[in-house]
Amino acid sequence: MSHAYTWGAILFVVLASVTGDVLLARAMKQVGDVGELRRRSSLLAVLARVLSNPWCLLGIVAMSVAFFSLLFGLSWGDVSLVAPASASLTFVGNAAAAKLFLHERVDRRRWIAAALVACGVAFLAG
Amino acid sequence: MTFRKYLVLAGVALFASIGDSLLSRGMKEMGAVSLSHPQSLILAVLNPWIILGILFLLGFFASYMTALSWADLTYVLPATSIGYVLLALIAKFLLHEQVTLLRWVGILLIAVGVSLVAGGPELTHRQAESPIPESELAAARSEQ
Repeated sequence: MSHAYTWGAILFVVLASVTGDVLLARAMKQVGDVGELRRRSSLLAVLARVLSNPWCLLGIVAMSVAFFSLLFGLSWGDVSLVAPASASLTFVGNAAAAKLFLHERVDRRRWIAAALVACGVAFLAG
Repeated sequence: MTFRKYLVLAGVALFASIGDSLLSRGMKEMGAVSLSHPQSLILAVLNPWIILGILFLLGFFASYMTALSWADLTYVLPATSIGYVLLALIAKFLLHEQVTLLRWVGILLIAVGVSLVAGGPELTHRQAESPIPESELAAARSEQ
């Protein structure tokens, strides 16, 4: 299968998972520390609290789209290219998205880490 | 960061890389999926490797959501990308894919990025705490 198909699938996975990651991160920050919640209430109560968050449900939909595009990608290319490339490009996209939409303080240490991982991805594709 | 939290992060990395490998193995058995016959993806779900892969990815999802509940997205993602080193090992020794020298260099760079982030704080911005209301707590207690 051609490279264009593989990279098309990778791009689609990246877009869907950045959307999903941001939505899930927002949902889980609203829910609060799961470890602490578990100490105070039952597992079912925690699960219900997580799953009743609308951002969480939207995030799961976006992650499912990403999952099925990943299946397409894996049937077209090597796993050691498709999986790290899509997930690491997702990570670079997420650094920007987290700053923009989640207002996380992305400090110098984290940007350097982002750059290193981005370079790593370029080598993976080579 | 407690030992328990590092365990959750390790779980994210392990479940993700093993899950992806299982999916890859299953999809290679299926052969390339044609865009004109997307329904063959439904059949993919019947493959035992795919089923196992989906179970591992569910485990990934649970540990990932847990990590996101107490750490930044920009902390969790790089901290768990150590899984790619594992993925390369699985690809080389179990799936017999060719992992070139260049890819090993890429994996090394990712590992350095991981160690940079993992040494820093996991939460840079604390949003308003939203503990479970007392009424819900009481209801949960009476259920037990």
